[in-house]
Amino acid sequence: MNKPTNKMNNVGRPSAPNITETHTDHPTFTGNKALQINEPLLFEVGSVEQTGVDIAAPRDVSANRLGGLDRDEEIGLYGLSEPQTMRHYVRLSQKNFAIDSGMYPLGSCTMKHNPRINEKIARLPGLADIHPLQPQQTVRGAIEVIENLADWLMKLTGMAAVAMSPKAGAHGELCGMMAIEAALRARGEATKRTKVLIPESAHGTNPATAVFVGYQVQTIKTRDDGTVDPATIREALSDEVAAIMLTNPNTCGLFERDIMEIADAVHEAGAYFYCDGANFNAIMGRARPGDLGVDAMHINLHKTFSTPHGGGGPGAGPVVLSEALAKFAPVPFVHRNADDNIVSLVEHKQGTQAFGRMTAFHGQMGMNTRALAYILSHGQDGIKQAAEDAVLNANYVKAKLKDVLTPSFEEQSPGFKRPAMHEALFQDDFLKDTGITTLDFAKAMIDEGFHPMTMYFPLVVHGAMLIEPTESESKDTLDQFIATMRDLAKSAQNGETERFLNAPFHAPMRRLDETLAARKPILKWTPNAD
Amino acid sequence: MSKFYTEDHEYAFIDGDIATIGVSHHAQDQLGDVVFVELPEKGTTFEKGDEIAVVESVKAASEVYTAVAGEVIEVNSLLEDAPETVNAGAETVGWFIKIKMSNTADTEGLLDETAYQTHIAD
Repeated sequence: MNKPTNKMNNVGRPSAPNITETHTDHPTFTGNKALQINEPLLFEVGSVEQTGVDIAAPRDVSANRLGGLDRDEEIGLYGLSEPQTMRHYVRLSQKNFAIDSGMYPLGSCTMKHNPRINEKIARLPGLADIHPLQPQQTVRGAIEVIENLADWLMKLTGMAAVAMSPKAGAHGELCGMMAIEAALRARGEATKRTKVLIPESAHGTNPATAVFVGYQVQTIKTRDDGTVDPATIREALSDEVAAIMLTNPNTCGLFERDIMEIADAVHEAGAYFYCDGANFNAIMGRARPGDLGVDAMHINLHKTFSTPHGGGGPGAGPVVLSEALAKFAPVPFVHRNADDNIVSLVEHKQGTQAFGRMTAFHGQMGMNTRALAYILSHGQDGIKQAAEDAVLNANYVKAKLKDVLTPSFEEQSPGFKRPAMHEALFQDDFLKDTGITTLDFAKAMIDEGFHPMTMYFPLVVHGAMLIEPTESESKDTLDQFIATMRDLAKSAQNGETERFLNAPFHAPMRRLDETLAARKPILKWTPNAD
Repeated sequence: MSKFYTEDHEYAFIDGDIATIGVSHHAQDQLGDVVFVELPEKGTTFEKGDEIAVVESVKAASEVYTAVAGEVIEVNSLLEDAPETVNAGAETVGWFIKIKMSNTADTEGLLDETAYQTHIAD
């Protein structure tokens, strides 16, 4: 393994742990640090002899129906007593960082507070204790939740249809691109149109989606101010282009101000416009993608509409579709019968040519419920206010940090100092010649009790730091964050490298060796592995 | 041997009709610690500008394109188990593949060493 490399500080992340001393100021007998318990893995702390549940032995089963596939040895699952199990998982959860424990300004991820009303509604037995295979007449209320949410999503985006089944952002992208492919197939142009244009400020999942659907990706350079130039798009368009995938607001936190001109050019060339809606939080209630010329856009319910996020999901990525793509939406559809006003999920609908199905059932019901609870508790005015506050918070952070960190795209647009949208982008010029990198800076933030911002993304700026506070944060929290960032920046410029290069000092784990983890991953636990 | 580079930081070092292809020292520096390199099979033929490899670092995954057309006659098997070789010597021990060029005129329009140094200094 390479030794720590302080010198590799341009963009290269010095990812080897840079630890010269260990945290041995006041070692404890147990290795625990007061409430920070050094919890071993279940395999290390439990045993196969222990269990926290009593399961009655099965009644005598006369006929073995396993066809010779029955297990012939012990399953070997490790167990603990119930109180031990409780402590094990509580202790592990205390090592976690969540929006419930602190500010989580991870750019382009919209880590916002999940209001507890969402959880209350989602736990109602009529919504929580149901099964996808139940007869539809027993779950009309749940189907109506899907219908109501679908209606809100179409109205907020100004679009003609919505596919509710995709289960996350990238799954939504796949759905949107498959709808585009189906539309091109219906026009007889599917084999001719093989390219998808993707600006370099797009989300990383966009090119992955295009390739997955079978398209070739053509990368579009952004101009000096961080946005896409319609002239560049025009140049790249041809009768071989199927679609453009654009993120708006983009990953530089900027609104693509020429989006309508871009949409017109794309449509004139016979292509479709996919918009990545991951950053919809910045514009919800203020602008409708349908009015901007978008043909398909996914909405991350878990970002924009506050369902829990960052703990491993689940996500939900409904896709709104324009008039041109509406009839290709995947099954199933929510249908309201005109005669008796009864809602149901149907597989066939007049005038549709569904491209297929995205999921076995109807999508992520728990997320639908929470998103609808968020929308209804905010109302139309509240949603607009949330977007405005999110933008205000990001610009507050930007304004208060721009003299100590280096804001991106400021010099390039001096004519009108462009405000950011929902996130503020900085680059690492202020760290030049300090020997400290964006990564070191982020590690020091952990010691201060903040989840780091998004680092090294977007790729269009050097040593990127992308901060998205969302509307959830109070002015007090933002002020504390700003004061911390200013203190860290000052410290870096004063040459206090110790605070950064060995950080984090106070986290449960010190700096991890991500290079070694990528080069030689250990994917399976084995006893006494060392 | 003559050294040529592309604006996208690939190199083609030409010796007769054999081109050694890889990424520049500047590219490995920008990528940071390389963790994986996917190389083509020996015997594959490529057109100029085709994607020949994918290099993955702790920071990003990038496609690598060939500046010259031809058939792959050798791949650097070192990179399979030791991708860090790219960081150790991108333009020496960390080369990717050797190509038998089908058109020696492919080098026209590529950057020479001086032009490339000027390009990355911008």
